[in-house]
Order: sequence, then C-alpha cells, then structure tokens
Amino acid sequence: MATLSFFYFGSVIVLCALLVVIFRNPVYSVISLLVMFFHIAGLFVTLHAEFLAAVQLIVYAGAILVLYLFVVMILNLQQDDSYQRQVKWGLGLGLLALAEVIAIISKAALPDEPAQSKTAAAAAGEAATVVGNTEMVGKALYTTYLFPFEVASLILLVAMIGAIIMAKKGIMEPGPLRESK
Amino acid sequence: MNGASHLLSYLANYFPVLVFIGVAFAFGAGTLVISHFLQPKLPDPEKLSAYECGSEPFSDARMPFPVRYYIIAMLFVIFDIEILFLYPWAIAFDKIGVIGMVEMLIFIALFVVGYVYAWKKGALEWD
Repeated sequence: MATLSFFYFGSVIVLCALLVVIFRNPVYSVISLLVMFFHIAGLFVTLHAEFLAAVQLIVYAGAILVLYLFVVMILNLQQDDSYQRQVKWGLGLGLLALAEVIAIISKAALPDEPAQSKTAAAAAGEAATVVGNTEMVGKALYTTYLFPFEVASLILLVAMIGAIIMAKKGIMEPGPLRESK
Repeated sequence: MNGASHLLSYLANYFPVLVFIGVAFAFGAGTLVISHFLQPKLPDPEKLSAYECGSEPFSDARMPFPVRYYIIAMLFVIFDIEILFLYPWAIAFDKIGVIGMVEMLIFIALFVVGYVYAWKKGALEWD
C-alpha cells in the first residue's frame, strides 16, 4: 500500500515536472506545476507529515502558484517565444543536483532489512498519531525554536516592505513594466 | 499491528478527501458530458455570433498586466505564510502557555507594522 501510493505520487510528480519544462505555453506549464504541487502534498500525507501537506497546499498551490501566474502574465510571454537557450546552464545545474541527491542517498543510513524499516515506520506512525504531527511542529516551533520563529516574521516584514518599494517604483516611474492604460 | 495495515488505517482517514476530489471531478466532467448529450443543437449564425456569448475580443489575452496585481499577490503570499504559522500555534496552544501567546502577539504585531506600512504607502489603493 505504501509503495503503491509512493509510486503513484512519485510518477505523477516526475511526469508533471517534465511537462512543466516541455510545454511551450507558459500557462500550461504553470497548470502542470499546480498538479505537481497537489501530488507532492499527497506524498507528504503518506509520510505522516500532515502539516507539510497543508503547507504545500496553502502556500505553494495557493500563493506561490499565483505569483508564478502573475509573473507569466507580467512578462507577456508568447507561446512561440523561445527561452530555451540555457541548455548548458541547465545541464550543469541538473548534474549538480543529481550529484547532491546521490550523495545524500549514499550517506543516508538505510536499514538493511525491509521488515526492520517497516516496524520503525509503524512505531513512528503510532507516535505521530498519538501526539499529532502539527502539534509536535507547534510545540517545537514555539518553545525550542522561539527565536528563529520571530526572526522569520522579521524577514517576512522586510520582504513585504521590499516588495512594496520595488513595485511602487514601477508605478511612480513609468518603466517597461507598466504599459497598459 | 504491522506497518502496512497501520498505514492503511491512517490513509483511511483521508478517504473523505478522496471522495470529495472524486465528486468534484465527476461534477465538472459530468456537467459537460450530460449537457453535450442533452442540449438541442440548432446552430444559427446569430446564435453563434460573439454578441450571444459576450463582447467581441479587442486584443490578445496575453497582454501585460498592470504591476498592481503583483503587489496584491505578493501581499497575499506574505499574509498567507503568516496564517500558516497560526495553525500549529492553535493546535499546540494549551501546551506552550503564556510564552506562546506573547510570541504570537509579537509576531502579529510585526505583521501589523507591515500592514500599516502597505496601507500608508497606498499599496492597497487601485489608482
């Protein structure tokens, strides 16, 4: 059951990620990115990480995707515009990411026997259902990681002010960004 | 209880979500399919003209949007992240006590500063 759901979510994620790159129409790319975000949330649910699944849906599928869509709209991309000249960069960065993944997998302490990992997963799952994933995150975040949490709010404040200043510049001084009306 | 059956019973909690997604897709697809088979097909040039289904398109849909939409989207993302921090706080509220309450008040106060700034700068104004 676990492997079945993993392979379903994993294969859809890979397929959608490929479609994001393959589609010539940027709006289609954004929509397949949305499908990918939903399946990543499903993968998080099968891993007992409900809070991460909620984050995935609320922030990525809800907010970040809207930003992507607005960037696509603002940049005024046409379907036939070619933005695919960075093959060398893409290949280099892709190989770097692949090497990173291989390094992580080879270093990770994988249990030798599948039965052992199953009982460990069951134990972890039972612990998670007793307390609840979100509650554990909340307790850790608001006691142990109190200071980083407040710093995060400061960073978000800086991001908000920076976004307003940069966007306001675009409105006050008619630049290339502002063409309509 | 072994791992597989535990995961199964855990995923069973999400069965209503699955039903909901299924009903949503079935409703969308079913409406299209049923209306495709039930609708009377009497094409008429007047009926097929743009007047019947809205106004004539005056330009391509892929036009540059005003940057104002982007400010609204950006503010939405930031407040969305703020709301996200409230979920684990609300769940663990009885465990973290007064400190957690004070923390969240500081957190929200910082966002209020940003909100007042956005308001005063006119980022929420349309013109």
